[in-house]
Amino acid sequence: MIWVDTLTQGILLGGLYALFAAGLSLVFGIMRLVNLAHGDFIVMAAYLILLLVTLLGLSPFLAAAIAAPLMYGVGWGLQKHLLNRTLGNDILPPLLVTFGLSIALQNALLEAFSADSQRLPTGAISTASIDMGGLTLGVLPLLTFGSAVAVIVGLNQLFYRTELGRAFRATSDDATTASLMGIRPSNIFAKATAIAMLVVTLAALYLGMRSNFDPSIGPARLIYAFQAVIIGGLGSLWGTLVGGIIIGLAQTVGAAINPEWQILAGHVAFLIVLMLRPRGLFPRAVD
Amino acid sequence: MSLLNTQRLTAHYGDFQALFGVDIALNQGETIAIIGANGAGKTTLMRSLSGVLKNDPDMITLEGRRIGGMSADEVLPLGLAMVPEGRCLFPSLSVEENLLIGAYGRKVEGYWSLATIYDLFPILAERRNNPGTALSGGQQQMVAIGRALMSNPKVLLCDEISLGLAPVVIKDIYAAVPKIQESGASLIVVEQDIGQAMKVADRVYCMMEGQVTLEGTPDNLSRDDIHAAYFGVSA
Repeated sequence: MIWVDTLTQGILLGGLYALFAAGLSLVFGIMRLVNLAHGDFIVMAAYLILLLVTLLGLSPFLAAAIAAPLMYGVGWGLQKHLLNRTLGNDILPPLLVTFGLSIALQNALLEAFSADSQRLPTGAISTASIDMGGLTLGVLPLLTFGSAVAVIVGLNQLFYRTELGRAFRATSDDATTASLMGIRPSNIFAKATAIAMLVVTLAALYLGMRSNFDPSIGPARLIYAFQAVIIGGLGSLWGTLVGGIIIGLAQTVGAAINPEWQILAGHVAFLIVLMLRPRGLFPRAVD
Repeated sequence: MSLLNTQRLTAHYGDFQALFGVDIALNQGETIAIIGANGAGKTTLMRSLSGVLKNDPDMITLEGRRIGGMSADEVLPLGLAMVPEGRCLFPSLSVEENLLIGAYGRKVEGYWSLATIYDLFPILAERRNNPGTALSGGQQQMVAIGRALMSNPKVLLCDEISLGLAPVVIKDIYAAVPKIQESGASLIVVEQDIGQAMKVADRVYCMMEGQVTLEGTPDNLSRDDIHAAYFGVSA
């Protein structure tokens, strides 16, 4: 029974990692841009939520709902005015710029909020649980996982059922021809990064309620997110969820064997998948 | 005044100059053909007209409006659509999605809609859910033409629509041209197939080395004229 419990916790933890990764996957899928500051934006959003909670006395959920449109604007402006300038045939400029952004963000957060570890106040929800035939599941992990699935379903619907989604795919295929259809690629990319920042805000909400955070933890969140994206196959959203679950399962099982093995087990699982399926589990047919 | 005009149009790729003062005029309801050998500047002219290549604003006018400095996404809503060389369908989109994206973000009044495109090319209705790139070359060309028509353009630019297609398929594609003309669109057709160009065009421009070397109607251009303008030597 302990093992069933461990496996379930691992799957639910995978939901959090999938949330970390979904925004990264979306942006990479559309414009082949790896945002190395992705983890730091999650931490930044967590501080933004914390700020709203402390200043206005709101619940974290309400604070996240207010932070989301702000982060949407941040994403739009970031892409439109900075990252679009780095896109081209060379993959190095976006990597260098987002790497620099990551360092700048960490230091700005350190300056503004100090190195002290913070946490979002959760109230009763952090200890609430549901009993399912001997298996006890925390409400917060369940909510996290449910949100991850909802985000993946939502992004898939957006991608394959809406006019904006068609424009995303067309621009990703061939930006010059897309412009002949009246689509302005720079605006499409800005919208994609803005939507990714909505997912980042949601990830920040659950990160901040689940564990402590400080300005330096962004890069590690980026690594988990990146591993989930690579395991799933670059650009595949459902693959990203599966990738998150695999990392979550490996970490939880590793921790159950020996608490020191938690992080290591996640990395080992990543390496094993990479050895067996170098293009990930669900690679896109068109690359 | 003509619908679409170029005045001393020049175009560059970096240091390389590809067009040297090209003057063409397209009148309302007219079809003109641009012929010329490889490297004559035909595709560069199309890329300039459609806004893929930016030029001096004064060099191109559409209904008197200076569009030379506009980008492709600004030119399209003004009524100028292009069928690009090599078709360039979006591989991630189905046939129907490829057509729909031609009318992206706009409700356009006019003759062309999914239904009328499927009337024009019935095979596309059968293949509507296939990926665009799973079709044969000729069918892909039909999608590319339909996609451009979805914006109900005043001017339709067709860049080498017969390139790489079998003669029987080219005949099918060109069978659609009269219907497109009837819908009210004016056409600029770039062709290497001179016979085909002569059949559909009201007027013909021949280009060589980035300049217009000959202009006339299909009736009053002799084979020798065209040969000289095309290759720069008399037959």
